Amino acid sequence: MSDAIKAATLEYATRLGDDSVVLGHRISEWVSYGPFLEEDIAYGNVALDYIGRARMFYTYAAELANDGRTEDDFAYMRSDREYRNLLLMEMPKGDFAYSQVRQLFADVYYTLVLPELLQSKDETLSAIAAKGIKETKYHLRRSRDWVLRLGDGTEESHKRTQKAVDALWGYTHEMFDMDETEQMLADAGIAVDVSKLRTAWHKMVSDILTEATLTVPEDGWAVRGGRTGYHTENLGHMLTEMQIVHRSHPGCQW
Amino acid sequence: MNEISLMPEEQYRRLQQRNAAEVKELWDLLDQVKDPEVPVLSIWDLGILRDVERDGDRILVTITPTYSGCPAMNTITDDVIAALKANGYDDVEVKTKLSPAWSSEWMSPEGRRKLRNYGIAPPEDAELDEDGLTPDAHAQCPHCGSRNTRRISEFGSTACKALFQCNDCNEPFDYFKKI
Repeated sequence: MSDAIKAATLEYATRLGDDSVVLGHRISEWVSYGPFLEEDIAYGNVALDYIGRARMFYTYAAELANDGRTEDDFAYMRSDREYRNLLLMEMPKGDFAYSQVRQLFADVYYTLVLPELLQSKDETLSAIAAKGIKETKYHLRRSRDWVLRLGDGTEESHKRTQKAVDALWGYTHEMFDMDETEQMLADAGIAVDVSKLRTAWHKMVSDILTEATLTVPEDGWAVRGGRTGYHTENLGHMLTEMQIVHRSHPGCQW
Repeated sequence: MNEISLMPEEQYRRLQQRNAAEVKELWDLLDQVKDPEVPVLSIWDLGILRDVERDGDRILVTITPTYSGCPAMNTITDDVIAALKANGYDDVEVKTKLSPAWSSEWMSPEGRRKLRNYGIAPPEDAELDEDGLTPDAHAQCPHCGSRNTRRISEFGSTACKALFQCNDCNEPFDYFKKI
């Protein structure tokens, strides 16, 4: 592996790890607040899948960095400006409809991204994708079912779900942006060219929203910046909570 | 119940690997390491024990996680090291291998029986739905054998299980998902 490819792969694995840990943490915020017990457990399960995936990406990043850092250093010792996750993942949990709509957007995204990542020439990235594909089928079935139920439910649930769709739509565009790093890796057969997945994502999401009697928003506005470290104010607050134990007791083991 | 089972190819390969291993006694020894979430199953039964090799005095054990976020991996690693140490093997390394991804097909026939006796329906006790996912009904109840059951939750007490309830004996039970 050339130095340039290695450095880019380290950055790429870190980005994917950041997406997973941030979304995983957001989902975990529902644990003990679920509307009923089974749903509470479901949230815990899905959060665990994402946090497990983040661990695999970070472990690989640490291996590539080879500078003594571990997966924990990637998760707990970087500030918000050093995080490279997509903004969609860091949005606060909001109400139940808001979280399920965000989950649907993310689940459809991974339904498309992971099979592509499975084809990566990088064996580790491909192996992580293989584990995620089956899990994502279950995630998507759940978020899809909830969006259908809420969108096509009561007047109140419909109103809240539509509001969530409108509020989150502008954060979905950056999911399909490519930059120099990812383009170089995509050309080398390592990274996924996400720009090619946009049409398929739009179609799948639109079909589900329409079935849920919801309106698919116009592409009127877009917020970007996650991949370059420019985040919404939400991430800093989330990381403060996520990192405080590790930072207060450096090197602590139990 | 009929127990004539055709062994899936994956299981056959695992068995061949174990029988052909140079360190067969170490594979046998590791049968005492159980999954902490399903303590009737050994890591061999579950299919997460992938390889055991000896290089001089050094023992290298390879395991694979069932799900990405399986929280049992650290405990299993510690248990493998402890089991080998107790038998005089001090230099042990446990490696986690992700590829190929674990499949419930790897579970041993013995493991499936143990699971059922423990009150968990093994993967093959339900017909998957058209998406290849856990169905919403008819997983066989491990308590009374009825197929008249319904899914209560897609996600159970651990990531690898879904929760069902039997409409005949009314008992709730875990179903080990097929992945």
